Amino acid sequence: MTQSPQNTPPAPVFSQPWHAQVFALTVHLHAQGLFQWPDWAARFGATLARHGLNRSLDGGDDYFAAWLETLEHWLAEAALAQPDQVEALRAAWEAAYLATPHGAPVHLAAADMPTRG
Amino acid sequence: MPHDHHDHDHDHDHPHALLPPDPALRVKALETLLSQKGLIDPAALDAIIDTYENKIGPKNGAHVVARAWAEPDFKQALLADATAVVAELGFYGRQGEHIVVVENTPQCHNMVVCTLCSCYPWPLLGIPPAWYKSDAYRARAVREPRKVLAEFGLKLPEETRIRVWDSTAEIRYLVLPMRPAGTEGLDLQALTDLVTRDSMVGTGLPQSPA
Repeated sequence: MTQSPQNTPPAPVFSQPWHAQVFALTVHLHAQGLFQWPDWAARFGATLARHGLNRSLDGGDDYFAAWLETLEHWLAEAALAQPDQVEALRAAWEAAYLATPHGAPVHLAAADMPTRG
Repeated sequence: MPHDHHDHDHDHDHPHALLPPDPALRVKALETLLSQKGLIDPAALDAIIDTYENKIGPKNGAHVVARAWAEPDFKQALLADATAVVAELGFYGRQGEHIVVVENTPQCHNMVVCTLCSCYPWPLLGIPPAWYKSDAYRARAVREPRKVLAEFGLKLPEETRIRVWDSTAEIRYLVLPMRPAGTEGLDLQALTDLVTRDSMVGTGLPQSPA
């Protein structure tokens, strides 16, 4: 924080692709009318406060980690994404990356896709 | 993306696609699930990322500030009802927030923080920098603003009062910095080029003309 950004080249807007993705996902869900932004800010602020109790957050990866946790909890509460479903898909994506040769596009196997209903 | 090392039990004799970090996989999992349920449109996500990475940024706010410097009527309208003025320019917030513009004077310097999380006038300034989101700035801007500004290299005269505005989800602030000396006769574009992001958050001043 003490570095003056004036003399440094502009930083990328998002330092990691997943920061951009979780941001866009949240903004999109809000645009779909699934929640009110002040409610989001209150929940997110509470997560940040909790994470910052034992250490000082630097506003980078830890900021978006708090963002993702807030979104996961809210989606679970709203019964839009249950933790066990999310974990199964996370594991499926991990397996897909590990099974895909470097340089090839990574896809989920059809068997890993969640079933409707 | 840098080739970070990720811990996993895998034989490196058979190189596979670079495994993204755990949070990235969790985000992909949410995307897959919500997309399957028809709650999100993956193309819309790409469009949002493109907008914030390439189309929205401090140049929007800089344009507003430069016009306020150049056009007294515009400045008056901006200070009276910034939400309406910037919406007319196409810089409206999608979170339903109000924009309030606070004017720096020789007597009073304004600076903006969000102590709750990181509320920020996205349509005018884009995504906030990491320091704006850090605990250090969020906690100290209110408690010791003069010291924080000094760390940004901004030393204000003792007689200048510092006013700190705490943003919320409903109200986002933009600082209207003082027009630098020696800018008489500059056109709108030249004025816009002098306006820095930090000068609109209150942690810096506009550049001086070369």
